Amino acid sequence: MTLTKADIAKKIADDCGFMKGEATEIVEKLLDIIKQRLIAGEDVMISGFGKWTVKSKHSRRGRNPQTGEELILDARKVVTWKYSPVLKKAVNSSLSK
Amino acid sequence: MNKSDLVAALAQQADLPQRKSEDIVNLVFETMGKALLGGDRIEIRGFGSFTVKEYDGYTGRNPKTGDRISVKAKRLPFFKTGKELKEKVDEAV
Repeated sequence: MTLTKADIAKKIADDCGFMKGEATEIVEKLLDIIKQRLIAGEDVMISGFGKWTVKSKHSRRGRNPQTGEELILDARKVVTWKYSPVLKKAVNSSLSK
Repeated sequence: MNKSDLVAALAQQADLPQRKSEDIVNLVFETMGKALLGGDRIEIRGFGSFTVKEYDGYTGRNPKTGDRISVKAKRLPFFKTGKELKEKVDEAV
């Protein structure tokens, strides 16, 4: 099973008393706020869930694995995410010890 | 940015009372957490996807002392940045 934006919007609509369209718009806005902060290079931490961090990678020499050709990979910025200890514990709680 | 900043920003941008915004933010991450807990994936177009990887237990060694230790099976959630977000973060100066 895969949880999608539509599933999250439906949950918001059902539990918080919004029309489906309104709920979809709210979820879009929420995701957009997180995106804009990350684009601005800011970290976003949601306690109990996890933390997104923007990392700067140096340029480096790489290789095209198919042709073996050497090339320079430019410096770039990437988003990483690390689960919170609370989420890790919850995800593992159903495992038999 | 932390959760309370997100609550405040959402309240302002979606024109919602602070309290309602807080309920929504909590519910969104609770819903996502529950999906991962059940072993489901999360896929949000333009943003990214979350998956849970399963690791088998194994017998390892303490590299310092050489003692054998048993490492238990575990599950860990991972995030893969979506194409749109990936490109925009990299393009931003």
